[in-house]
Amino acid sequence: MSDQIAPARRLPPFLRGVDPAVATAFACILLLLFLGSLYSTSFLSPEYLLQQLKVASFLGVIATGMMIVILLGQIDLSVPWVVAVGGMMSSAAAAYGTAGIILAMPFGIACGVAIGLVNGVGVAYLRIPSMIVTLATNAVAQGLMVVYTGGFSPQDSASAAVRYIATGFLLPGIPNAVVIWAMIGAVTIFLLTRTTFGRSIYAIGNRESAAYLSGVNTRRVVMTAFAISGGLSAFGGVLLAGYASKAAQAMGDAYLLPSIAAVVLGGTSILGGRGTYLGTIAGVILITLLQSILSVMQIPEAGRQIIYGVVIVVMLLLYGRSPASR
Amino acid sequence: MKEWRYGLAEQRGTLLALGIFAIMFAIYLVNHPAIESQGFTTAAIANVVNTAANKGVLLAFVAMAQTLVVITAGIDLSVGMIFVLTNCLASWLVVGSALETAIGVFAVLATGLACGAVNGAIVIYGRLQPIVATIATGAVYFGLALLLRPFPGGSVNEDLADALTGRLFGVVPSSLIALAVVVLVIWVPFSRSMAGRAAYASGSLEVAAYMSGLPIRRGKFVAYALAGLLAAIGGLFLTFFTYTGEAALASGNTYTLFSIAAVVLGGVSLFGGRGSAIGAIFGALAFRTIGDLLFVFDLDPLWQPLFQGVVLLIAVSLGSLALFRVRNKLEWFQ
Amino acid sequence: MTAGRCGFPQRPCQLTMARMDIRAAEGVRNVLKQEDGSVPLFRMEGVSKRYGGVRALEKAELTVHRGRIHAILGENGAGKSTLIKVVAGVVAPDEGRMTIDGQEVTFASPAAANAAGIACIFQELSLVPDLSVADNVVISNPPTRFGMIDIKAQRRIAEEALARAGAEDIHPRALVKDLPLSRRQMVEIAKALARNPRILILDEATSALTASDVARIFAVLKRLRSEGMALLYISHRMHEIAQLADECTVFRNGRNVASYQAGTKSDNDVVELMIGREYSHVFPPKPAMSPTGREPVLECRNLGWTNRLRDVSLCVGPGEVVGLGGLDGQGQRELLLALFGVLRGLTGTILVDGKAQTIESPAAAKEERIGMALIPEDRKTEGLMLPMSVRENLSFAALDRISRGGVVDRAAEQARIDEMIRLLAIKTAGLDVPVGALSGGNQQKVVIAKWLMRSPRIILLNDPTRGIDVGTKQELYQLLRKLADQGAAVLFYSTDYDELIGCCDRVLVLYDGSIKRELTGAEITERALVAAALDIKGGEAGIQSVALN
Repeated sequence: MSDQIAPARRLPPFLRGVDPAVATAFACILLLLFLGSLYSTSFLSPEYLLQQLKVASFLGVIATGMMIVILLGQIDLSVPWVVAVGGMMSSAAAAYGTAGIILAMPFGIACGVAIGLVNGVGVAYLRIPSMIVTLATNAVAQGLMVVYTGGFSPQDSASAAVRYIATGFLLPGIPNAVVIWAMIGAVTIFLLTRTTFGRSIYAIGNRESAAYLSGVNTRRVVMTAFAISGGLSAFGGVLLAGYASKAAQAMGDAYLLPSIAAVVLGGTSILGGRGTYLGTIAGVILITLLQSILSVMQIPEAGRQIIYGVVIVVMLLLYGRSPASR
Repeated sequence: MKEWRYGLAEQRGTLLALGIFAIMFAIYLVNHPAIESQGFTTAAIANVVNTAANKGVLLAFVAMAQTLVVITAGIDLSVGMIFVLTNCLASWLVVGSALETAIGVFAVLATGLACGAVNGAIVIYGRLQPIVATIATGAVYFGLALLLRPFPGGSVNEDLADALTGRLFGVVPSSLIALAVVVLVIWVPFSRSMAGRAAYASGSLEVAAYMSGLPIRRGKFVAYALAGLLAAIGGLFLTFFTYTGEAALASGNTYTLFSIAAVVLGGVSLFGGRGSAIGAIFGALAFRTIGDLLFVFDLDPLWQPLFQGVVLLIAVSLGSLALFRVRNKLEWFQ
Repeated sequence: MTAGRCGFPQRPCQLTMARMDIRAAEGVRNVLKQEDGSVPLFRMEGVSKRYGGVRALEKAELTVHRGRIHAILGENGAGKSTLIKVVAGVVAPDEGRMTIDGQEVTFASPAAANAAGIACIFQELSLVPDLSVADNVVISNPPTRFGMIDIKAQRRIAEEALARAGAEDIHPRALVKDLPLSRRQMVEIAKALARNPRILILDEATSALTASDVARIFAVLKRLRSEGMALLYISHRMHEIAQLADECTVFRNGRNVASYQAGTKSDNDVVELMIGREYSHVFPPKPAMSPTGREPVLECRNLGWTNRLRDVSLCVGPGEVVGLGGLDGQGQRELLLALFGVLRGLTGTILVDGKAQTIESPAAAKEERIGMALIPEDRKTEGLMLPMSVRENLSFAALDRISRGGVVDRAAEQARIDEMIRLLAIKTAGLDVPVGALSGGNQQKVVIAKWLMRSPRIILLNDPTRGIDVGTKQELYQLLRKLADQGAAVLFYSTDYDELIGCCDRVLVLYDGSIKRELTGAEITERALVAAALDIKGGEAGIQSVALN
């Protein structure tokens, strides 16, 4: 008798290789849609679903940056005010004539990249815990915006181009925001799976010392990842400003917890090194649907916060736990 | 090395925070408009000190809470929300007769303890990462606060409030006395207990703590639970100062952020295992004073958030100076 | 003993003779003591332990007497560590019984074993770095007053324990993380003594110590023995066992294969017992004469770094395998890291192909102009990303070679990987399984293969055969020689003297951060290696004087 090692799991062929966490997330999406359709049949209408996808794409863009940082085993808590900086600075630039209108979006993103670079330098070169340095840059970004706006909501409006990108339809029937998220998603998948940069991110997330001793410039990779995260958060802010026609003081506050939750619910390990972008897509849609259903059911803000927190804890307990020690 | 040098080394973080605080507060005091107009009279100084103390102890309590968790190499991003929740709860319960008030205070503190225990249970027994777990529970606690106080309002037993925010013998702020009592009743026993030592040890090197047979889980759980209790004491005092309850998201986030800043200034290592709540208290007082310096120098208050953010960024960057002493680059990754 | 079956026939015997002399003075007393026929302090009978399908212990027997030092010998994986874990209560045996003073005992936890009077000093990781020495010494059972830890009593206990361990120079209030490694080991011993054990287990307790510390610890252990304590001593260092032990038990494949009075068997007999077969020629033949006169590929002059490296100069020519010898922790690891660009504040010059180079990071070291590779010490934390696939691990160090514009060329990757799998005969269920699922030997092959994908000209190896099976070891020896024959310069640190003797054209022996001796060709003998490792000029007489100190 041979002592061959049997395959660990017996799954139907089409499920083999799919991360159980990603599968669970998609199953939860279907469950939410089913529960929603019991409440109102309009939950299954194409218009509603497309609208949800559009709302999801703002979170999707922001969560993409968060995912890259979490894959490194780090976290970016500067999202709230980087989003606001992106929205405010692009709107501010739009007030400066034609050049400003053209540069509105790049300028907003560049501001986010700059903050991301500060985060990256702090984490990679000064080795400050990412949680702390990003909290600090968040505070600085907030301080800068308070000084800039004088504490009031900024008066500048988003430029027409930004508004079009956030709300228009370049392809018939498909909102531009969704197209943008799809493009960013495609680039991210390519980056993570096919490039040396992507391999390095996973390697650093798993074991930074091994990556370093393999002759990879780990510090540059980490810094770049934070810069990308800052840029994508700011881009999310630009799109949100276009969506709402203008930027607002606390526009980013509602995106910190959801972006982390979306990434983690999509099966990306908060400890880094493991996770797929498909999971993040599932997490983003799941979170958006949950928010939508709670608001459609007219549950007050208090109840939404509670349900939201409880759902995240419960789902994490289901499959987001770190391995049992010893 | 001489005996006193070891003592000094043990308290270095705390003493540094105390030093920063003393210098900052001296500058603050000398330039304060009330002192400048009235001169260095006892009454004027006592007045300024009392106001500063009342603002400072709120952050001091929350920073103590954060310290307990940070010692275990964790982080509690829900302390600000527990602070807000207990503030809202106190604005309902800490009213009426002496007995009713006492029961109310007890209920508020028990709620804080329960919130901390939930955090601890999820992190330790549920094996979730502290960052994500406490962000999520923070959302729940804030939701509960909003449920209690959809709009700012409520009241508090004003006799008790005035007694705890006034001055003892006309000089010593009673809030500082309360802070000292809390240190003696909660922090000192914890730091000298088996649970406390297990918390320190697991934060420093969990494998070693396990191999030495320390009660790691109990230590961590006690740390999280007591953190909730301390945040609740902070929430209670917030109610005493404001006489109302308010579910303010910004306030909760700010206190969470500032508690981390205070902990860093107070010499508590964010990697766990090192530091004391007393250091964090001075860190909190120093951070508050730095923020208020703008006020005495008559600068636009709009600059305050930026100023505090920059101070925080500098403070956390200073901690990395030790990095330049590391001569084996592999130690970066530990 | 014949010259035919052993690569180095004469040396072990001679060394053993000397050791027996060392032991002679005190040996007699101990042998007599064991004859008194009293109930043994500790006894284990028929103890077995399986992990999954693997037998770690199989009907193991062990008898430990009061006032004796009992050495446990065996190869890696012979069951020594499982044995210790069972005795210390860390794991529960599947079957068998243990007795203390004739009373049957079972340990549910390390604390239970402690309570029964068993204390264990593990190799590493049992001290808490941010706590003080006193905190650590009393950590599992601190004195309390009114429910709080009594700082004064704790201090007193710690001072007593440190004194008993012969480490009065360590201040009880010093933080453990501020102590050098050798002092930490002394704190470990004090920590064990603070529990007043009747049985003290030392698992490779001297591996981090300097020679003078070893001598001090031996004095302490002998005093403890005279106080009636029983000591279980696990070590790979035969000369330590020869100096210390009263009796020895050899383990092989989870069984105790022999117990004997120390000094009654020669080292070669013991080695035979441990490996359970006769020595054969496991090493590939060396080239007749080490290639000289050729321009060295790697040269360094007067390297210095903190107090761990002092004035190290060496050169490695193409086709040459140069060994680094000496006791563990004499700067060998630092030397390799220094060459690979990991250490800051390095003084001295590194030359590659005769040109001075500054290597400021591993990324620079692997560049074409240098072409260096380092097989690190710990494959689990430094060599591999365990959860990632075999494919990703194999190609990671060479990604720049198989990518264009930052995009990985998957066809090129596959081709190179297939080549490596063939070359090293890596056994894996597939390229996409996590590398952590492979056996230790195959994991080590992956670490080496990932660097061979770059065809390095300079190969640094940091104890690459630690914890891998004999078969894989032999394959690696063949590979090393093959790489050298293809023109690579190989610098090879090993803690295993046999490997240095069998593999290397030259051996540089380090002691306290500097090269004390260079041995070439036939000079590379175990006796010379040992003598140089202990920094002794002559040989046996010198060993004796250090050992008896």
